[in-house]
Amino acid sequence: MSGPSTYVPKSAIGRWFESRLPIMGLIHSSFVVYPTPRNLNYWWTFGGILSVMLMVQIITGIVLVMHYTPHVDYAFNSIELIMRDVNWGWMLRYTHANGASMFFVAVYIHMLRGLYYGSYKAPREVLWILGVIIYLLMMATGFMGYVLPWGQMSFWGATVITNLFSAVPLVGEAITTWLWGGYSVDNPTLNRFFSLHYLLPFMIAGVVVLHVWALHVVGQNNPDGVEVKNVARDTLPFTPYATIKDGFAMICFMLFFAWWIFYVPNYLGHADNYIEANPLSTPAHIVPEWYYLPFYAILRAVPSKLGGVVAMFSAILVLCFLPWLDTSRVRSAKYRPVYKVFFWLFVASAVGLGYLGAMPAEGGYVLASRLLAVYYFAFFLIVMPLLGLFETPHPVPASIADAVLKSTHSAKA
Amino acid sequence: MLFIATGAVGAVAVGSVAWPLIHQMNPDASTIAAGAPIDVDLSAIAEGAIVTVKWRGKPIFVRHRTAKEIKDAQDVQLAQLPDPQADAQRVKKPEWLVVIGVCTHLGCIPLGHQGDYEGWFCPCHGSAYDTSGRIRKGPAPKNLEVPNYAFASDTKLTIG
Repeated sequence: MSGPSTYVPKSAIGRWFESRLPIMGLIHSSFVVYPTPRNLNYWWTFGGILSVMLMVQIITGIVLVMHYTPHVDYAFNSIELIMRDVNWGWMLRYTHANGASMFFVAVYIHMLRGLYYGSYKAPREVLWILGVIIYLLMMATGFMGYVLPWGQMSFWGATVITNLFSAVPLVGEAITTWLWGGYSVDNPTLNRFFSLHYLLPFMIAGVVVLHVWALHVVGQNNPDGVEVKNVARDTLPFTPYATIKDGFAMICFMLFFAWWIFYVPNYLGHADNYIEANPLSTPAHIVPEWYYLPFYAILRAVPSKLGGVVAMFSAILVLCFLPWLDTSRVRSAKYRPVYKVFFWLFVASAVGLGYLGAMPAEGGYVLASRLLAVYYFAFFLIVMPLLGLFETPHPVPASIADAVLKSTHSAKA
Repeated sequence: MLFIATGAVGAVAVGSVAWPLIHQMNPDASTIAAGAPIDVDLSAIAEGAIVTVKWRGKPIFVRHRTAKEIKDAQDVQLAQLPDPQADAQRVKKPEWLVVIGVCTHLGCIPLGHQGDYEGWFCPCHGSAYDTSGRIRKGPAPKNLEVPNYAFASDTKLTIG
Protein backbone atom coordinates (compact mmCIF):
# COMPACT_ATOMS: atom_id res chain seq x y z
CA MET A 1 0.00 0.00 0.00
CA SER A 2 3.00 2.29 0.05
CA GLY A 3 4.16 3.47 -3.33
CA PRO A 4 4.01 1.78 -6.71
CA SER A 5 4.67 -1.95 -6.69
CA THR A 6 7.73 -3.53 -8.24
CA TYR A 7 5.87 -6.80 -8.53
CA VAL A 8 6.08 -8.53 -11.93
CA PRO A 9 3.79 -11.57 -12.37
CA LYS A 10 5.51 -14.69 -13.73
CA SER A 11 2.77 -15.84 -16.10
CA ALA A 12 1.64 -14.04 -19.26
CA ILE A 13 -1.99 -14.01 -18.10
CA GLY A 14 -0.86 -12.63 -14.73
CA ARG A 15 0.96 -9.77 -16.49
CA TRP A 16 -2.09 -9.15 -18.71
CA PHE A 17 -4.35 -8.89 -15.63
CA GLU A 18 -1.86 -6.88 -13.56
CA SER A 19 -1.63 -4.15 -16.21
CA ARG A 20 -5.44 -3.81 -16.00
CA LEU A 21 -6.02 -4.20 -12.20
CA PRO A 22 -2.82 -4.31 -10.11
CA ILE A 23 -4.40 -6.17 -7.19
CA MET A 24 -1.75 -8.92 -7.02
CA GLY A 25 0.89 -6.21 -6.79
CA LEU A 26 -1.00 -4.59 -3.92
CA ILE A 27 -1.15 -7.88 -2.04
CA HIS A 28 2.50 -8.59 -2.84
CA SER A 29 3.71 -5.21 -1.58
CA SER A 30 1.44 -5.23 1.50
CA PHE A 31 1.76 -8.79 2.74
CA VAL A 32 4.80 -10.39 1.10
CA VAL A 33 7.75 -8.01 0.67
CA TYR A 34 6.44 -5.42 3.16
CA PRO A 35 9.38 -4.65 5.49
CA THR A 36 8.70 -5.35 9.19
CA PRO A 37 11.08 -4.27 11.96
CA ARG A 38 13.21 -7.26 12.93
CA ASN A 39 12.75 -6.69 16.68
CA LEU A 40 8.95 -7.14 16.78
CA ASN A 41 7.75 -9.27 19.70
CA TYR A 42 4.57 -11.33 20.11
CA TRP A 43 2.58 -8.30 21.28
CA TRP A 44 2.67 -7.25 17.62
CA THR A 45 0.63 -10.28 16.53
CA PHE A 46 -2.68 -8.98 17.89
CA GLY A 47 -3.47 -6.84 14.84
CA GLY A 48 -3.63 -10.02 12.76
CA ILE A 49 -5.59 -11.80 15.49
CA LEU A 50 -8.11 -8.93 15.50
CA SER A 51 -8.63 -9.22 11.73
CA VAL A 52 -9.38 -12.92 12.20
CA MET A 53 -11.81 -12.16 15.06
CA LEU A 54 -13.67 -9.63 12.90
CA MET A 55 -14.09 -12.29 10.21
CA VAL A 56 -15.23 -14.87 12.80
CA GLN A 57 -17.87 -12.45 14.09
CA ILE A 58 -19.12 -11.49 10.63
CA ILE A 59 -19.35 -15.09 9.42
CA THR A 60 -21.04 -16.50 12.55
CA GLY A 61 -23.28 -13.42 12.67
CA ILE A 62 -24.49 -13.85 9.10
CA VAL A 63 -25.46 -17.48 9.70
CA LEU A 64 -27.14 -16.70 13.06
CA VAL A 65 -29.35 -14.14 11.30
CA MET A 66 -30.67 -16.99 9.13
CA HIS A 67 -32.43 -18.29 12.29
CA TYR A 68 -32.98 -15.25 14.49
CA THR A 69 -36.24 -13.23 14.60
CA PRO A 70 -35.95 -9.55 15.62
CA HIS A 71 -39.33 -9.16 17.29
CA VAL A 72 -40.10 -8.80 21.00
CA ASP A 73 -42.50 -11.77 20.88
CA TYR A 74 -40.14 -14.15 19.06
CA ALA A 75 -36.55 -13.00 19.68
CA PHE A 76 -36.02 -14.86 22.95
CA ASN A 77 -37.59 -18.05 21.59
CA SER A 78 -35.59 -17.87 18.38
CA ILE A 79 -32.39 -17.84 20.45
CA GLU A 80 -33.57 -21.01 22.22
CA LEU A 81 -34.39 -22.46 18.79
CA ILE A 82 -30.82 -21.76 17.71
CA MET A 83 -29.52 -23.38 20.90
CA ARG A 84 -31.69 -26.53 20.73
CA ASP A 85 -32.99 -27.17 17.23
CA VAL A 86 -30.69 -25.60 14.64
CA ASN A 87 -27.89 -27.94 13.51
CA TRP A 88 -24.72 -26.81 15.28
CA GLY A 89 -26.67 -23.74 16.38
CA TRP A 90 -25.35 -23.93 19.95
CA MET A 91 -21.77 -23.83 18.67
CA LEU A 92 -22.40 -20.96 16.28
CA ARG A 93 -24.07 -18.88 18.98
CA TYR A 94 -21.46 -19.66 21.63
CA THR A 95 -18.74 -18.81 19.11
CA HIS A 96 -20.40 -15.48 18.32
CA ALA A 97 -21.10 -14.57 21.96
CA ASN A 98 -17.64 -15.56 23.24
CA GLY A 99 -16.11 -14.20 20.03
CA ALA A 100 -17.23 -10.73 21.09
CA SER A 101 -15.39 -11.17 24.38
CA MET A 102 -12.27 -12.52 22.68
CA PHE A 103 -12.40 -9.59 20.23
CA PHE A 104 -12.26 -7.24 23.22
CA VAL A 105 -9.50 -9.27 24.94
CA ALA A 106 -7.41 -8.89 21.79
CA VAL A 107 -8.25 -5.21 21.30
CA TYR A 108 -7.34 -4.35 24.91
CA ILE A 109 -3.97 -6.11 24.53
CA HIS A 110 -3.47 -4.34 21.19
CA MET A 111 -4.28 -0.93 22.73
CA LEU A 112 -2.10 -1.45 25.81
CA ARG A 113 0.77 -2.52 23.55
CA GLY A 114 0.36 0.80 21.69
CA LEU A 115 0.25 2.65 25.00
CA TYR A 116 3.37 0.91 26.35
CA TYR A 117 5.53 1.27 23.26
CA GLY A 118 4.30 4.76 22.33
CA SER A 119 2.77 3.65 19.03
CA TYR A 120 0.42 6.66 19.03
CA LYS A 121 3.25 9.18 18.65
CA ALA A 122 4.18 11.04 15.48
CA PRO A 123 3.89 10.04 12.70
CA ARG A 124 1.24 7.52 13.77
CA GLU A 125 -1.44 9.90 15.17
CA VAL A 126 -3.98 9.23 12.41
CA LEU A 127 -3.34 5.50 12.65
CA TRP A 128 -4.04 5.67 16.40
CA ILE A 129 -7.20 7.79 16.07
CA LEU A 130 -8.55 5.39 13.44
CA GLY A 131 -7.97 2.68 16.03
CA VAL A 132 -9.98 4.61 18.63
CA ILE A 133 -12.81 4.94 16.09
CA ILE A 134 -12.74 1.18 15.52
CA TYR A 135 -12.88 0.66 19.28
CA LEU A 136 -15.92 2.97 19.61
CA LEU A 137 -17.67 1.15 16.75
CA MET A 138 -16.87 -2.17 18.45
CA MET A 139 -18.44 -0.96 21.69
CA ALA A 140 -21.60 0.19 19.90
CA THR A 141 -21.80 -3.11 18.00
CA GLY A 142 -21.25 -5.21 21.12
CA PHE A 143 -23.87 -3.29 23.06
CA MET A 144 -26.54 -3.65 20.37
CA GLY A 145 -25.69 -7.32 19.89
CA TYR A 146 -26.24 -8.00 23.58
CA VAL A 147 -29.77 -6.55 23.29
CA LEU A 148 -30.85 -8.96 20.52
CA PRO A 149 -31.46 -12.11 22.68
CA TRP A 150 -34.12 -10.03 24.49
CA GLY A 151 -33.35 -11.42 27.93
CA GLN A 152 -33.58 -9.41 31.14
CA MET A 153 -30.01 -8.08 30.88
CA SER A 154 -30.60 -7.24 27.21
CA PHE A 155 -33.65 -5.17 28.06
CA TRP A 156 -32.34 -3.45 31.17
CA GLY A 157 -28.88 -2.90 29.73
CA ALA A 158 -30.53 -1.21 26.75
CA THR A 159 -32.73 0.85 29.08
CA VAL A 160 -29.82 2.08 31.20
CA ILE A 161 -27.55 2.88 28.25
CA THR A 162 -30.20 4.66 26.16
CA ASN A 163 -31.20 6.64 29.25
CA LEU A 164 -27.64 8.01 29.35
CA PHE A 165 -28.73 10.31 26.53
CA SER A 166 -31.56 11.73 28.65
CA ALA A 167 -28.81 13.48 30.65
CA VAL A 168 -28.28 15.87 27.71
CA PRO A 169 -29.78 19.23 28.70
CA LEU A 170 -32.97 20.39 26.90
CA VAL A 171 -33.11 17.80 24.10
CA GLY A 172 -32.32 14.70 26.20
CA GLU A 173 -35.92 13.43 26.34
CA ALA A 174 -36.44 13.97 22.60
CA ILE A 175 -33.22 12.08 21.84
CA THR A 176 -34.19 9.05 23.93
CA THR A 177 -37.69 8.93 22.42
CA TRP A 178 -36.09 9.09 18.97
CA LEU A 179 -33.63 6.33 19.85
CA TRP A 180 -36.41 4.12 21.22
CA GLY A 181 -39.02 4.85 18.55
CA GLY A 182 -41.54 4.90 21.40
CA TYR A 183 -41.96 5.74 25.06
CA SER A 184 -39.64 3.00 26.31
CA VAL A 185 -37.35 0.27 24.97
CA ASP A 186 -39.70 -1.87 22.88
CA ASN A 187 -40.14 -3.59 19.53
CA PRO A 188 -39.08 -0.58 17.39
CA THR A 189 -35.89 -0.36 19.49
CA LEU A 190 -35.11 -4.06 19.00
CA ASN A 191 -35.66 -3.75 15.24
CA ARG A 192 -33.36 -0.80 14.76
CA PHE A 193 -30.66 -2.29 17.00
CA PHE A 194 -30.77 -5.41 14.86
CA SER A 195 -30.41 -3.34 11.69
CA LEU A 196 -27.46 -1.41 13.10
CA HIS A 197 -25.84 -4.49 14.64
CA TYR A 198 -25.72 -5.96 11.13
CA LEU A 199 -24.39 -2.73 9.61
CA LEU A 200 -21.65 -1.66 12.04
CA PRO A 201 -19.27 -4.65 11.56
CA PHE A 202 -18.99 -3.73 7.90
CA MET A 203 -18.24 -0.14 8.88
CA ILE A 204 -15.57 -1.54 11.22
CA ALA A 205 -14.15 -3.51 8.29
CA GLY A 206 -14.02 -0.27 6.29
CA VAL A 207 -12.16 1.62 9.02
CA VAL A 208 -9.83 -1.38 9.44
CA VAL A 209 -8.84 -0.94 5.78
CA LEU A 210 -7.99 2.71 6.51
CA HIS A 211 -6.15 1.65 9.70
CA VAL A 212 -4.01 -0.88 7.80
CA TRP A 213 -3.47 1.61 4.98
CA ALA A 214 -2.26 4.26 7.45
CA LEU A 215 -0.04 1.61 9.08
CA HIS A 216 1.56 0.71 5.77
CA VAL A 217 2.26 4.36 4.97
CA VAL A 218 4.10 5.17 8.21
CA GLY A 219 5.40 1.66 8.94
CA GLN A 220 5.13 -0.31 12.16
CA ASN A 221 6.40 0.94 15.47
CA ASN A 222 8.57 -1.58 17.35
CA PRO A 223 9.61 -2.45 20.92
CA ASP A 224 12.59 -0.09 20.83
CA GLY A 225 10.55 2.75 19.37
CA VAL A 226 13.25 3.82 16.91
CA GLU A 227 12.33 4.35 13.26
CA VAL A 228 13.67 2.08 10.51
CA LYS A 229 16.80 3.73 9.16
CA ASN A 230 18.23 1.08 6.89
CA VAL A 231 15.67 -1.29 5.38
CA ALA A 232 18.29 -3.97 4.70
CA ARG A 233 19.70 -3.99 8.26
CA ASP A 234 16.62 -3.14 10.33
CA THR A 235 13.80 -5.09 8.68
CA LEU A 236 12.70 -8.52 7.50
CA PRO A 237 10.14 -9.22 4.75
CA PHE A 238 6.55 -9.78 5.95
CA THR A 239 6.51 -13.22 4.32
CA PRO A 240 7.65 -15.61 5.67
CA TYR A 241 8.72 -13.96 8.95
CA ALA A 242 5.59 -12.08 10.08
CA THR A 243 3.16 -14.45 8.35
CA ILE A 244 4.48 -17.47 10.26
CA LYS A 245 4.73 -15.63 13.56
CA ASP A 246 1.22 -14.14 13.21
CA GLY A 247 -0.10 -17.54 12.16
CA PHE A 248 1.38 -19.23 15.22
CA ALA A 249 -0.03 -16.56 17.52
CA MET A 250 -3.46 -16.88 15.86
CA ILE A 251 -3.47 -20.63 16.47
CA CYS A 252 -2.57 -20.12 20.14
CA PHE A 253 -5.32 -17.50 20.46
CA MET A 254 -7.83 -19.82 18.78
CA LEU A 255 -7.01 -22.52 21.35
CA PHE A 256 -7.74 -20.01 24.12
CA PHE A 257 -10.96 -18.99 22.31
CA ALA A 258 -12.00 -22.65 21.89
CA TRP A 259 -11.54 -23.25 25.60
CA TRP A 260 -14.20 -20.65 26.38
CA ILE A 261 -16.59 -21.94 23.71
CA PHE A 262 -16.38 -25.60 24.68
CA TYR A 263 -15.71 -25.54 28.42
CA VAL A 264 -17.22 -22.36 29.96
CA PRO A 265 -19.47 -20.88 27.23
CA ASN A 266 -21.68 -18.97 29.68
CA TYR A 267 -19.04 -17.80 32.12
CA LEU A 268 -18.75 -14.31 30.57
CA GLY A 269 -22.52 -13.95 30.13
CA HIS A 270 -25.12 -13.34 32.80
CA ALA A 271 -27.65 -15.89 34.05
CA ASP A 272 -30.42 -13.26 34.05
CA ASN A 273 -30.23 -13.11 30.27
CA TYR A 274 -31.80 -16.57 30.09
CA ILE A 275 -34.96 -14.99 31.54
CA GLU A 276 -37.11 -13.27 28.91
CA ALA A 277 -37.22 -9.46 29.03
CA ASN A 278 -39.82 -8.09 31.43
CA PRO A 279 -40.39 -4.30 31.30
CA LEU A 280 -42.08 -4.36 34.72
CA SER A 281 -39.28 -5.99 36.71
CA THR A 282 -35.71 -4.77 37.00
CA PRO A 283 -33.09 -7.41 37.93
CA ALA A 284 -31.62 -6.72 41.35
CA HIS A 285 -28.21 -6.02 39.92
CA ILE A 286 -27.69 -4.75 36.38
CA VAL A 287 -24.21 -5.46 35.08
CA PRO A 288 -23.01 -4.70 31.57
CA GLU A 289 -20.70 -7.01 29.62
CA TRP A 290 -17.25 -7.25 31.22
CA TYR A 291 -15.57 -5.17 28.53
CA TYR A 292 -17.59 -2.08 29.48
CA LEU A 293 -17.14 -2.42 33.24
CA PRO A 294 -14.31 0.13 33.75
CA PHE A 295 -16.40 2.80 32.01
CA TYR A 296 -19.53 1.78 33.90
CA ALA A 297 -17.56 2.21 37.15
CA ILE A 298 -16.54 5.73 36.06
CA LEU A 299 -20.18 6.53 35.24
CA ARG A 300 -21.29 5.49 38.71
CA ALA A 301 -18.35 7.15 40.48
CA VAL A 302 -19.63 10.64 39.66
CA PRO A 303 -22.50 11.75 41.93
CA SER A 304 -24.30 13.65 39.16
CA LYS A 305 -26.18 12.22 36.22
CA LEU A 306 -24.83 14.52 33.50
CA GLY A 307 -21.37 14.55 35.11
CA GLY A 308 -21.24 10.75 35.15
CA VAL A 309 -22.20 10.51 31.49
CA VAL A 310 -19.66 13.16 30.49
CA ALA A 311 -16.91 11.42 32.51
CA MET A 312 -17.71 8.06 30.93
CA PHE A 313 -17.52 9.32 27.35
CA SER A 314 -14.45 11.45 28.15
CA ALA A 315 -12.66 8.34 29.43
CA ILE A 316 -12.75 6.99 25.87
CA LEU A 317 -12.40 10.23 23.91
CA VAL A 318 -9.28 11.24 25.86
CA LEU A 319 -7.49 8.48 23.93
CA CYS A 320 -7.83 10.56 20.74
CA PHE A 321 -5.64 13.28 22.28
CA LEU A 322 -2.84 10.96 23.47
CA PRO A 323 -0.44 11.87 20.65
CA TRP A 324 -0.44 15.46 21.92
CA LEU A 325 -0.76 14.80 25.64
CA ASP A 326 2.43 12.75 25.72
CA THR A 327 5.32 15.20 25.56
CA SER A 328 8.19 12.71 25.81
CA ARG A 329 10.59 12.47 22.89
CA VAL A 330 11.24 8.80 23.64
CA ARG A 331 8.60 6.41 22.33
CA SER A 332 9.09 3.10 24.03
CA ALA A 333 8.49 2.54 27.75
CA LYS A 334 11.52 0.22 27.55
CA TYR A 335 13.66 3.39 27.84
CA ARG A 336 11.29 5.32 30.14
CA PRO A 337 11.83 4.06 33.72
CA VAL A 338 9.29 6.37 35.37
CA TYR A 339 6.61 6.10 32.68
CA LYS A 340 6.83 2.33 32.98
CA VAL A 341 5.73 2.53 36.64
CA PHE A 342 2.84 4.88 35.88
CA PHE A 343 1.83 2.66 32.94
CA TRP A 344 1.46 -0.42 35.14
CA LEU A 345 -0.41 1.63 37.73
CA PHE A 346 -2.74 2.68 34.91
CA VAL A 347 -3.30 -0.97 33.94
CA ALA A 348 -4.01 -1.76 37.59
CA SER A 349 -6.46 1.16 37.85
CA ALA A 350 -8.31 0.03 34.70
CA VAL A 351 -8.55 -3.56 35.98
CA GLY A 352 -9.63 -2.26 39.40
CA LEU A 353 -12.34 -0.11 37.82
CA GLY A 354 -13.47 -3.19 35.91
CA TYR A 355 -13.84 -5.08 39.19
CA LEU A 356 -15.68 -2.18 40.85
CA GLY A 357 -18.03 -1.84 37.85
CA ALA A 358 -19.32 -5.32 38.64
CA MET A 359 -19.85 -4.57 42.34
CA PRO A 360 -22.91 -2.83 43.81
CA ALA A 361 -22.74 0.99 43.84
CA GLU A 362 -22.50 1.51 47.58
CA GLY A 363 -20.14 2.39 50.42
CA GLY A 364 -16.44 1.63 49.96
CA TYR A 365 -16.92 0.50 46.37
CA VAL A 366 -18.01 4.00 45.35
CA LEU A 367 -15.07 5.61 47.15
CA ALA A 368 -12.62 3.20 45.51
CA SER A 369 -14.19 3.89 42.09
CA ARG A 370 -13.70 7.60 42.63
CA LEU A 371 -10.02 7.21 43.55
CA LEU A 372 -9.28 4.96 40.59
CA ALA A 373 -11.27 7.18 38.19
CA VAL A 374 -9.18 10.16 39.31
CA TYR A 375 -6.00 8.21 38.58
CA TYR A 376 -7.37 7.07 35.20
CA PHE A 377 -7.77 10.68 34.07
CA ALA A 378 -4.65 11.95 35.86
CA PHE A 379 -2.56 9.42 33.93
CA PHE A 380 -3.57 11.01 30.63
CA LEU A 381 -4.01 14.64 31.63
CA ILE A 382 -1.25 15.16 34.22
CA VAL A 383 1.29 12.31 34.19
CA MET A 384 1.73 12.13 30.42
CA PRO A 385 2.33 15.87 29.79
CA LEU A 386 4.60 16.30 32.83
CA LEU A 387 6.71 13.14 32.51
CA GLY A 388 8.05 14.27 29.15
CA LEU A 389 9.49 17.30 30.92
CA PHE A 390 10.79 15.71 34.12
CA GLU A 391 11.74 12.14 33.26
CA THR A 392 15.31 11.23 32.29
CA PRO A 393 15.02 8.42 29.75
CA HIS A 394 17.65 5.70 29.30
CA PRO A 395 19.81 6.03 26.17
CA VAL A 396 17.93 4.85 23.09
CA PRO A 397 19.77 2.58 20.61
CA ALA A 398 20.89 4.24 17.37
CA SER A 399 19.00 1.77 15.23
CA ILE A 400 16.82 -1.35 15.36
CA ALA A 401 19.78 -3.45 14.19
CA ASP A 402 21.91 -2.08 17.06
CA ALA A 403 19.19 -2.89 19.58
CA VAL A 404 18.84 -6.46 18.32
CA LEU A 405 22.60 -7.11 18.09
CA LYS A 406 23.23 -5.58 21.50
CA SER A 407 20.66 -7.84 23.16
CA THR A 408 22.13 -10.96 21.49
CA HIS A 409 25.61 -9.93 22.70
CA SER A 410 24.48 -9.35 26.25
CA ALA A 411 22.59 -12.65 26.21
CA LYS A 412 25.83 -14.44 25.28
CA ALA A 413 27.87 -12.61 27.88
CA MET B 1 -24.44 34.01 -7.94
CA LEU B 2 -25.14 30.81 -9.82
CA PHE B 3 -22.94 28.90 -7.38
CA ILE B 4 -24.79 30.34 -4.38
CA ALA B 5 -28.17 29.55 -5.91
CA THR B 6 -27.08 26.01 -6.75
CA GLY B 7 -25.65 25.59 -3.27
CA ALA B 8 -28.84 26.87 -1.61
CA VAL B 9 -31.07 24.57 -3.66
CA GLY B 10 -28.68 21.71 -2.92
CA ALA B 11 -28.83 22.38 0.83
CA VAL B 12 -32.65 22.39 0.74
CA ALA B 13 -32.62 19.14 -1.24
CA VAL B 14 -30.22 17.43 1.19
CA GLY B 15 -32.27 18.65 4.17
CA SER B 16 -35.59 17.49 2.73
CA VAL B 17 -34.15 14.05 1.96
CA ALA B 18 -32.41 13.76 5.35
CA TRP B 19 -35.46 14.67 7.45
CA PRO B 20 -37.60 11.62 6.51
CA LEU B 21 -34.57 9.41 7.15
CA ILE B 22 -34.20 10.89 10.65
CA HIS B 23 -37.88 11.32 11.52
CA GLN B 24 -38.76 7.70 10.63
CA MET B 25 -37.06 6.72 13.90
CA ASN B 26 -39.54 8.71 16.03
CA PRO B 27 -42.60 6.86 17.44
CA ASP B 28 -44.91 5.67 14.64
CA ALA B 29 -48.67 6.21 14.50
CA SER B 30 -49.50 2.78 15.99
CA THR B 31 -47.11 3.33 18.91
CA ILE B 32 -48.68 6.73 19.60
CA ALA B 33 -52.20 5.25 19.36
CA ALA B 34 -51.26 2.47 21.78
CA GLY B 35 -50.17 5.20 24.22
CA ALA B 36 -53.78 6.49 24.65
CA PRO B 37 -55.13 7.08 28.21
CA ILE B 38 -56.10 4.09 30.41
CA ASP B 39 -58.52 3.66 33.32
CA VAL B 40 -57.68 2.20 36.73
CA ASP B 41 -60.27 0.93 39.25
CA LEU B 42 -59.33 2.40 42.63
CA SER B 43 -61.84 0.45 44.73
CA ALA B 44 -59.59 -2.63 44.58
CA ILE B 45 -56.54 -0.86 46.03
CA ALA B 46 -56.34 -1.23 49.82
CA GLU B 47 -54.86 1.47 52.02
CA GLY B 48 -51.06 1.11 52.13
CA ALA B 49 -50.91 -0.81 48.85
CA ILE B 50 -49.11 0.14 45.65
CA VAL B 51 -50.58 -1.08 42.37
CA THR B 52 -48.48 -1.09 39.20
CA VAL B 53 -50.20 -0.59 35.86
CA LYS B 54 -48.46 -0.56 32.48
CA TRP B 55 -48.88 2.50 30.31
CA ARG B 56 -46.72 3.37 27.30
CA GLY B 57 -44.44 0.44 28.12
CA LYS B 58 -43.69 1.90 31.54
CA PRO B 59 -44.97 1.01 34.98
CA ILE B 60 -47.25 3.57 36.67
CA PHE B 61 -47.38 3.32 40.46
CA VAL B 62 -50.75 4.07 42.04
CA ARG B 63 -50.20 4.30 45.77
CA HIS B 64 -53.00 4.41 48.32
CA ARG B 65 -51.13 6.26 51.06
CA THR B 66 -51.68 5.73 54.78
CA ALA B 67 -52.16 8.68 57.13
CA LYS B 68 -48.57 8.29 58.36
CA GLU B 69 -47.18 8.26 54.81
CA ILE B 70 -49.13 11.41 53.96
CA LYS B 71 -47.87 13.12 57.11
CA ASP B 72 -44.26 12.06 56.39
CA ALA B 73 -44.56 13.49 52.90
CA GLN B 74 -46.08 16.76 54.04
CA ASP B 75 -43.74 17.38 56.98
CA VAL B 76 -40.52 17.52 54.98
CA GLN B 77 -38.63 20.81 54.84
CA LEU B 78 -38.44 21.75 51.15
CA ALA B 79 -34.90 23.06 51.64
CA GLN B 80 -33.75 19.48 52.37
CA LEU B 81 -34.86 18.24 48.94
CA PRO B 82 -32.56 17.92 45.90
CA ASP B 83 -35.59 18.65 43.67
CA PRO B 84 -37.82 20.81 45.92
CA GLN B 85 -41.54 20.22 45.43
CA ALA B 86 -44.29 20.32 48.05
CA ASP B 87 -46.36 17.17 48.44
CA ALA B 88 -49.49 19.19 47.56
CA GLN B 89 -47.98 19.97 44.14
CA ARG B 90 -47.56 16.26 43.42
CA VAL B 91 -50.99 14.87 44.34
CA LYS B 92 -54.60 15.79 43.56
CA LYS B 93 -56.01 13.87 46.55
CA PRO B 94 -53.60 13.31 49.47
CA GLU B 95 -54.42 9.59 49.79
CA TRP B 96 -53.60 8.87 46.12
CA LEU B 97 -50.07 9.26 44.78
CA VAL B 98 -49.66 8.54 41.06
CA VAL B 99 -46.11 8.47 39.63
CA ILE B 100 -44.28 6.98 36.66
CA GLY B 101 -42.31 4.04 38.08
CA VAL B 102 -39.09 4.79 36.29
CA CYS B 103 -36.05 5.92 38.24
CA THR B 104 -34.98 9.33 36.97
CA HIS B 105 -31.34 8.23 37.06
CA LEU B 106 -31.09 5.59 34.35
CA GLY B 107 -34.56 4.15 34.00
CA CYS B 108 -34.68 1.15 36.34
CA ILE B 109 -37.85 0.31 38.27
CA PRO B 110 -37.65 1.24 41.96
CA LEU B 111 -38.97 -1.14 44.62
CA GLY B 112 -41.91 0.04 46.75
CA HIS B 113 -41.90 0.42 50.56
CA GLN B 114 -38.11 0.21 50.62
CA GLY B 115 -35.12 2.44 51.26
CA ASP B 116 -34.37 4.97 53.98
CA TYR B 117 -37.56 6.97 53.32
CA GLU B 118 -39.91 3.99 52.81
CA GLY B 119 -41.11 5.36 49.52
CA TRP B 120 -39.13 3.59 46.83
CA PHE B 121 -35.59 2.32 46.47
CA CYS B 122 -33.87 1.78 43.13
CA PRO B 123 -31.73 -1.40 43.22
CA CYS B 124 -29.61 -0.37 40.24
CA HIS B 125 -27.67 2.58 41.60
CA GLY B 126 -29.13 3.15 45.04
CA SER B 127 -31.52 6.11 44.66
CA ALA B 128 -34.05 6.44 47.51
CA TYR B 129 -37.44 8.17 47.11
CA ASP B 130 -39.89 9.25 49.83
CA THR B 131 -43.64 8.62 50.15
CA SER B 132 -44.28 11.48 47.76
CA GLY B 133 -41.96 9.91 45.16
CA ARG B 134 -39.39 12.66 45.68
CA ILE B 135 -35.69 11.92 45.36
CA ARG B 136 -33.99 12.05 48.75
CA LYS B 137 -30.71 10.20 48.35
CA GLY B 138 -28.55 8.71 45.58
CA PRO B 139 -27.61 9.66 42.01
CA ALA B 140 -31.09 10.34 40.55
CA PRO B 141 -31.43 14.06 39.80
CA LYS B 142 -35.23 14.43 39.85
CA ASN B 143 -38.39 13.31 41.63
CA LEU B 144 -40.39 10.44 40.14
CA GLU B 145 -42.40 12.01 37.35
CA VAL B 146 -46.14 12.58 37.85
CA PRO B 147 -48.10 11.64 34.70
CA ASN B 148 -51.22 13.45 33.53
CA TYR B 149 -54.20 11.94 35.32
CA ALA B 150 -57.72 12.77 36.48
CA PHE B 151 -60.31 11.25 38.81
CA ALA B 152 -63.20 10.30 36.53
CA SER B 153 -65.16 9.33 39.65
CA ASP B 154 -64.29 8.49 43.28
CA THR B 155 -63.24 4.99 42.25
CA LYS B 156 -61.98 5.54 38.70
CA LEU B 157 -58.65 7.04 37.75
CA THR B 158 -57.78 7.96 34.15
CA ILE B 159 -54.06 8.08 33.34
CA GLY B 160 -52.80 9.91 30.25
